Amino acid sequence: MKILVVDDEKDVQVLFEQRFRKEIRNKEMEFAFAYSGEDALKYLNELHEAVLILSDINMPGMSGLELLRHIKEKHHQPPPVVMMITAYGDADNYNTAMKLGADDFLTKPLEFSLLKEKLKAIQ
Amino acid sequence: MQNILNLVEQIEALTAEQKKAIAEWIKEIDKKITVTEFKLDRTEKVKRTTGILLEETIQELELKRKAVEDSNATLQKLLEDLKATQAQLIQSEKMASLGELTAGIAHEIQNPLNFVNNFSEVSNELIDEMTEQLEKGNTEDAKAMANEVKMSLEKINFHGKRADGIVKSMLQHSRSSNNKKEPTDINALADEYLRLAYHGMRAKDKSFNSAMKTDYDENIGLIKIISQDIGRVILNLITNAFYAVTEKNKLMLDGYEPTITVSTKRMNDKVEVRVKDNGTGIPQKALEKVFQPFFTTKPTGQGTGLGLSLSYDIVTKGHGGELKVETKEGEYTEFTIILSV
Repeated sequence: MKILVVDDEKDVQVLFEQRFRKEIRNKEMEFAFAYSGEDALKYLNELHEAVLILSDINMPGMSGLELLRHIKEKHHQPPPVVMMITAYGDADNYNTAMKLGADDFLTKPLEFSLLKEKLKAIQ
Repeated sequence: MQNILNLVEQIEALTAEQKKAIAEWIKEIDKKITVTEFKLDRTEKVKRTTGILLEETIQELELKRKAVEDSNATLQKLLEDLKATQAQLIQSEKMASLGELTAGIAHEIQNPLNFVNNFSEVSNELIDEMTEQLEKGNTEDAKAMANEVKMSLEKINFHGKRADGIVKSMLQHSRSSNNKKEPTDINALADEYLRLAYHGMRAKDKSFNSAMKTDYDENIGLIKIISQDIGRVILNLITNAFYAVTEKNKLMLDGYEPTITVSTKRMNDKVEVRVKDNGTGIPQKALEKVFQPFFTTKPTGQGTGLGLSLSYDIVTKGHGGELKVETKEGEYTEFTIILSV
């Protein structure tokens, strides 16, 4: 399963690669990373292959919610699963994300064991 | 006079006509003397009156001098009060901008802390796995894991320092300036405050979003500035810029993309820091007043009107630099800080 992680914090890549090292080693999961909403869209337009997208909401430039809107409106059949992540776990963000078609909503700090279960359930 | 007239009467050499004429002259002279006596008397009186008046005037002047002295003392006291109030205002402006930042700072600290927690957990797991591999005798795998532990530890260290830096800059921001110029990486300073301002705005207004472009001149090196003061100026300019794009965004113009650009540039012995936004711009009428204390276009309670005036003082008086503004109403505003190296 190919997962695209979108976050403006670059070290998120190293962290995911460590947290999911067993899954990556066993080829259960494959990760790609984008550091902005714009990068993520570019990646999706060129490769069309992410099954699941995990995106931070609060990013400079295109926000995670805008990215979500773009993905759900214009991309792929079947549309990829999109999970939104935010440090501000407020009702507004949650409602907007849900209205735009987010499949799940997670708050920072991420519980990796929980995330792992969710990802495995999707698999 | 009668004696003189009698004497003249006795002089036989004189004709009756001559005697009459002399008598006339003498009477004339007598009249003149009487008039002069009267005048003298009057002058004397005037002199006395004037003396009294002068005395009174001197007393009055003395009273006035005392009154002036008193009001001087009062004014001095008022001036001191005013100075104290001004210092308090500056401090509250600092605290107000810190308040705006609090949420941003919390967010900025949360991110590195998450990394510290995550990478320490990862390290723990890796050590267990490493021990496992060592027990199995897989030295090569164990070595690879040791490397990964090392990398995780480096990340912990990096993000710990990052959080440390954020706390320090927050403390510096709230502290009264110690007026010490220290070699500072202006690019790092600008970037730090750009992030803080961004998260501060996000925390206040969740719908807020703006593209942030940066263009830092890597050849600037360290410049000697009072970093928390210049940091405040940069923060103030960026916060204003965010405000301007937010206001313009409310107009729902087609294809409008709120954008803020922060750039630095070294030009010979000067360094420029530019903060540009494509927001509402400043009307010509307001432009003349932007650096005046208490001038604000924000609704009551939203701005102290001290931000730019304090910024202006910090740049010009505190650093001998320049703070310039260029704007076009409805299109853009660009503030430029010019500092000598």
